[in-house]
Amino acid sequence: MKAYLSDRMGAALLMAPLLLFLGAAYAWPFFGVVNWSFTLPEPGLGQYDTLLSDPLVQSVFVRTLRIAAIVTIVSVAAAYAITVVWVRGTPAQRVIAEFCILVPFWISVLTRAFGWVALLSNRGLFNTWLQAIGFISEPLTLVRNEFGVIVGMTHFLIPFAVFPLASSMRSLDDRVLLAARGLGSSRMRTFWSVFVPMTRSGIIGSALIVFVFSLGFFVTPAILGGGRSVMVAELIYLRIFQSPDWGLGAAISVVLVLFVGALMALLFRYVRPKQLI
Amino acid sequence: MQQPGRAAEIKAIGIGKSFGSFRALDDLTLDIGRGEFLTLLGPSGSGKTTFLMILAGFIQPTDGRLYSDGVDITERPAEQRAAGMVFQGYALFPHMSVEANIAFPLKVRKKSAAEIKRRVSEMVERVGLKGHEKKLPSQLSGGQQQRVALARALVFEPGVLLLDEPFSALDKGLRGQMQAEMKRLHQETGTTFVFVTHDQSEALALSSRVAIFNHGKLLQVGAPDEVYDRPANRFVAEFLGEINMLPLKGVRNADNGATGLCEDRTITLRGNASAVGSNAILAIRPEYMSIASEATAGENGIAATAVASTYLGAATRLDLTTRQGAKVTVSVPNEVAASALSKGNSVWLTWPAEKGFLLPDGGQ
Repeated sequence: MKAYLSDRMGAALLMAPLLLFLGAAYAWPFFGVVNWSFTLPEPGLGQYDTLLSDPLVQSVFVRTLRIAAIVTIVSVAAAYAITVVWVRGTPAQRVIAEFCILVPFWISVLTRAFGWVALLSNRGLFNTWLQAIGFISEPLTLVRNEFGVIVGMTHFLIPFAVFPLASSMRSLDDRVLLAARGLGSSRMRTFWSVFVPMTRSGIIGSALIVFVFSLGFFVTPAILGGGRSVMVAELIYLRIFQSPDWGLGAAISVVLVLFVGALMALLFRYVRPKQLI
Repeated sequence: MQQPGRAAEIKAIGIGKSFGSFRALDDLTLDIGRGEFLTLLGPSGSGKTTFLMILAGFIQPTDGRLYSDGVDITERPAEQRAAGMVFQGYALFPHMSVEANIAFPLKVRKKSAAEIKRRVSEMVERVGLKGHEKKLPSQLSGGQQQRVALARALVFEPGVLLLDEPFSALDKGLRGQMQAEMKRLHQETGTTFVFVTHDQSEALALSSRVAIFNHGKLLQVGAPDEVYDRPANRFVAEFLGEINMLPLKGVRNADNGATGLCEDRTITLRGNASAVGSNAILAIRPEYMSIASEATAGENGIAATAVASTYLGAATRLDLTTRQGAKVTVSVPNEVAASALSKGNSVWLTWPAEKGFLLPDGGQ
């Protein structure tokens, strides 16, 4: 019993620097932001009132939710396909899939966003090629709009969607799939009515992670949206550094953090943290 | 519910399977009769499960052909073979209710909703799961999950039911109960059952025939009493239960079998001397031997000394040593064991001539 207690003390001591760091770097400043939201420019609930009535703020929230939803659906679907190959493919296929999943982690988000600008802009690779083969005569607007933002964010988030899916696919009992086929079910039917439902927890976990990441995305929408497709994080930046309207920026931050916090709570009801890595 | 003649008749000719350089199954030729209960018995790695998976269509054999009712099905994919299968660990669909699990093979076959409903409820009743229809597999006990697996595999009236060690996860009491139930289902459906196990008592108790495997080879096929009393070789003899083996010299054919010398006594026994040579092994199951204070000249018997006993409740297992040092085990009534031990010195072991049989010396 004594050893157990001292073990717990030891663990607490070892974790203390991390807790102190998190407290100093996140919790304390966050309470400062909460304080601003109720006190700037004058004390009261005025900023939350604006937040609920201002059409600009509202449209940014709606856009953010819409983009996050589309990105989530596309990322999870694409990640599902990649993960099936990664977990259940032939050894050669697995190596290729693993490469595709891990390489993006080594390239910074900024580099990738500018990469997409180079590919998608009016005089970028896609438009030049499509014009060269005569498929289009005028360049398509692929960037500095919502489409560009969705492409860039999806590309960034697919690898994050892979891990919860991989974990649920790895824990699946192969004999259940054999049983389905032995009972007369085609490969296609076995996939849709047995394999997919059995990876449900992975799909939920994966979707929540992508959705939560999407809500707070800053760099990619700022670069690929070109100021025309502003999402919540960029709006906060604009209110704090350009308007300057610190009180409203703070109020939007608080709402975003609470919303993400609620989603995280939901996430951990479905997925154990170790499944996410 | 089973139409007569629906049960499949299977013919395996020269089936072989290699995994790289490992020969999992070698030149297996076997006929499985319509409606029979065949058990594939052997230690793990003997090839019995590989053969079952080949029958199901989950593994492609490297050699040989497989016929079902005279039709070559060697290349036919699993989903088109219509073999019911019960897996080790049951492999139920965890996201589906009991009802949906049992309905699955019927849905896949696009049966009408009314027919599915009727057949599922009939099957639920038959395996005694009434009242559990809406539960998920995780809410059921092991025995109940077993019943769902059986119901799911039988509901579409397959020509053959394949069972891969279905009882290995159950405790002993439940296992006996499920064995009885499976025997009943076999009689009621009339379907051909192919059952894999490594438990010899299970094999002997359930099957109409037993096929014994070792190292990828089929060693012997026969009715339970046939393989138990007349094993083809030493492996089969030992795998099916305890057996005493004594060296036998000067083996030759006699009027009604064979005769030979064991520890200077003439023994008569079953078997063909020309198949084993002059030095062979005399094999007798422990339960056929009894203890006597002396043996008459014409009777089979050898002298031995009791060295230890193990009380088993209904009987006592007695370990003895013969004069030349061979170890023998017999199963005798408790009071006989006590008196044999108390005498300390020699007793006689006797047995009926037809219970001893010849096995080749050495090798298998």
